[in-house]
Amino acid sequence: MPLLEINNLNTRFQTRDGEVSAVNDISFSMEKGETLGIVGESGSGKTQLVLSIMGLLASNGRAEGSARFKDQELIGLPINEINKIRGNHMAMIFQDPMTCLNGYLTIARQMTEVLILHKGMSMADARKRSIEMLDAVHIPAAKTRIDRYPHEFSGGMRQRVMIAMSLLCEPDLLIADEPSTALDVTVQAQIIDVMNELKSDMGMSIILITHDLGVIAGIADNVLVMYAGRICEYAPVNDIYKDPQHPYTRGLLQSVPRLDSDNSSVLHAIPGNPPNMQHLPAGCAYQDRCEFKREICLTERPALRRISDLRQKACHLEAL
Amino acid sequence: MLRFTLRRFLGAWPTLLILMTLAFFMMRAAPGGPFDTEKTLPPEIQANLDKKYHLDEPLLKQYGRYLLDLAQGDFGPSFQYKDYSVNELIAQGFPVSLRLGGTAILLAFFIGCLLGTIAAIRQNTATDYTVMAAAMTGISIPNFVLAPLLILLFAVHLGWLPAGGWNDGALLNTILPITALTLPYVAYISRLMRSSMIEVLRSNPIRTARAKGLPEHTVILRHAMKPALLPVISFLGPATAGIITGSVVIEQIFGIPGIGRFFVQGALNRDYTLVMGVVVFYGILIIAFNFIVDVVYALLDPKIRY
Amino acid sequence: MVTAKDINALQSLNSNEEIKGRSLWSDATHRLKMNKAAVTSVIILLLITLMVIIAPSFSPFSFDEIDWDLISTPPSIANGHVFGTDAIGRDLFVRTLYGGRMSLMIGVIATMVSLLIGITYGATAGYLGGRTDAIMMRIVDILYATPFMFFVILLMVFFGRNIYLIFIAIGAINWLDMARIVRGQTLSLKRKEFVEAAIACGVTTPRIILRHIVPNLLGIVVVYVTLTIPQVILVESFLSFLGLGVQEPDTSWGALVNEGAQDMEIAPWALLFPAGFLATTLFCFNFIGDGLRDALDPKDR
Repeated sequence: MPLLEINNLNTRFQTRDGEVSAVNDISFSMEKGETLGIVGESGSGKTQLVLSIMGLLASNGRAEGSARFKDQELIGLPINEINKIRGNHMAMIFQDPMTCLNGYLTIARQMTEVLILHKGMSMADARKRSIEMLDAVHIPAAKTRIDRYPHEFSGGMRQRVMIAMSLLCEPDLLIADEPSTALDVTVQAQIIDVMNELKSDMGMSIILITHDLGVIAGIADNVLVMYAGRICEYAPVNDIYKDPQHPYTRGLLQSVPRLDSDNSSVLHAIPGNPPNMQHLPAGCAYQDRCEFKREICLTERPALRRISDLRQKACHLEAL
Repeated sequence: MLRFTLRRFLGAWPTLLILMTLAFFMMRAAPGGPFDTEKTLPPEIQANLDKKYHLDEPLLKQYGRYLLDLAQGDFGPSFQYKDYSVNELIAQGFPVSLRLGGTAILLAFFIGCLLGTIAAIRQNTATDYTVMAAAMTGISIPNFVLAPLLILLFAVHLGWLPAGGWNDGALLNTILPITALTLPYVAYISRLMRSSMIEVLRSNPIRTARAKGLPEHTVILRHAMKPALLPVISFLGPATAGIITGSVVIEQIFGIPGIGRFFVQGALNRDYTLVMGVVVFYGILIIAFNFIVDVVYALLDPKIRY
Repeated sequence: MVTAKDINALQSLNSNEEIKGRSLWSDATHRLKMNKAAVTSVIILLLITLMVIIAPSFSPFSFDEIDWDLISTPPSIANGHVFGTDAIGRDLFVRTLYGGRMSLMIGVIATMVSLLIGITYGATAGYLGGRTDAIMMRIVDILYATPFMFFVILLMVFFGRNIYLIFIAIGAINWLDMARIVRGQTLSLKRKEFVEAAIACGVTTPRIILRHIVPNLLGIVVVYVTLTIPQVILVESFLSFLGLGVQEPDTSWGALVNEGAQDMEIAPWALLFPAGFLATTLFCFNFIGDGLRDALDPKDR
């Protein structure tokens, strides 16, 4: 039984200018202990996908389809039921550590409330456990700093606090939405290290969302590439780097600067912009930017199909 | 925190000084002396009066004397009510005005916050629209229009409540004036609270709180209430000034023996010292209240504590 | 190294922008038109304004004509007094409209006064920044804490009840908010590229403020004007209600409400008509202000 199994998940938003679908027909599954990287440009629907799973969509958004976590259906679950899961068995770290902690409560208050709620701990035990967790993410002098407010911490420190907070209940699944994007490069590396360390200690699964393929290489087992709300390629991490099978994946890889290759390789930008989600073209959403575009791409949307035991892609091309 | 409080406390004094100075020089710049309305007096009596009220001294000396008197809490005599000092008139009216205005502010704050929060949680539902439509009406009907309308309906037509009078503050007598004074501010505060609560509920920290699996009431009461209250707290300063101003008119309409009524009588009779005394007294009150509001704000917001 | 592909990318970026490039104003106008409450308010307000300006001259009665035979008569079509008469037999229809003329005029003129002071002060403080800004805003803070309403009353008491004084006094109160808002906007505008470009081109400071900053403040100013006019009308009505504003035989809605409230038990129409007009006008201004704010600030609420 997979830990998380997503089937035909669709997420739509009602806006003033009409309906926008942010997530279309997504299906995938992941096992216990697995780390899945989700890659895509901003606006490709990766964040809305995980927010749908967590039940955290904005009030004008609706998710349909199925998301089973430990054999329990999450979509359509009443709020008090999903509240027993999130923060407890499934936790999430958000993109911008500077704004995601509550500036009006002490770190202690924000951490202990999770343990008191989900584990029924006493205030003293919860506090002790929280300090241990802050130590684990290498917050210096955690014992005293826990009584401070978020604005007294740096960005990298706040992200560590976020990580510590999300791991308090030792969740089976941690969803990290671009956990290091807003931070300095050195701090980014530290954050990824901390996550890697904790992953092997606790044996949990991670969904790591990023637009940075370099981050994925160091930590993920499998990679899911998203474009315009759909999956365009799914493969084990090494295969993605060695042998990308979707033109978009290849474009993404070529736009990553690399130190280890010879300087003759030119850094490519993918031409054009992500499509307007309200007016998607018929056929393949990537057609306007694809260098391999053929007649069929204009009219028929490529289905996601299995190309080997472990790999899937959505492209009319047989091989790249 | 102590330093902040001290700084704010010191910061209140220039305002106070400006207030007193403005009041003093405005009065002295006014055409004619305070006894203009009376018949021409024999020069000796005029001189005596001038001497009694120190009007024969140079302006700066008068100003100094005036500030000194105020510092000792002495607002001087009333020109109109010859047997009373302004202090006595204020002391007589203040308890009544305080009960009226204090109740109004407290009610406006609690009801406004409650309604605003409910509307925000039920955003874009019938509840929300009803509350907001009512609030819009409340803002658009000023208290001096509302008061006669309330009297017309509840006192004249239905005969449920007395049309006026204070009756030593009997509950029935207070209902209509307090309602008229409170409703517009309930409207303001509920609108303010709604939009600030909506904004907070959409913010990242609230999403984090929900991601932690906290039940909705904890999310709202523990995580959203404090930041959502801050704009309302800042509005309490102006709201208090507004309610005090409003109480002047409400006391007039309902015939309530508070400071406001003396003030209007004084204004219409050109009783300079009384009017000035009340202005300065209310000014001090508002400035003091603003100071308290600042401190409460700082207590709620950890970011400005140091 | 820039490749042909990059240039393509840039070009398609530009063309994309053009497609989306509906301007803020046309967008806002569109959103405002969708707002039924705001549109209705605009229509009602235009009607009231038109009535107030034109109708009194078509009435057979003048606003100060006293008819001792018809004291406090209820509204009647037969004798021509459609809103009835007041306690000394003056026609209430004409008086209500005439009062409205006064209230609206004070509202508009005093708002303009506050606008002028507020924009100049706020834009200057925000644009100059630094210590000048700090001092200027500190002054605003101090004035803000002063109970101005009482000062207006003091003014009225000391210097007589003069209508021009009302304009100035009310205008002088309301500029504080305006100055604060304009300063905030100016601060953020100042860092925009087009202003930096103008500075780099050597355009003088007053010219930059006038040509680049002020036009871009228009949005917020329009919203603010629609919200200030009702406040000013309110202040004037308040003063007139206390008998400190407009003086007999001139009148305003506040003064009429005051008179109406005196003998509402026998002649409720003398209260209800002016009160209705006053409340409706305030209603409309508030709705328009709300609508404009939502239209210019596209976060849906």
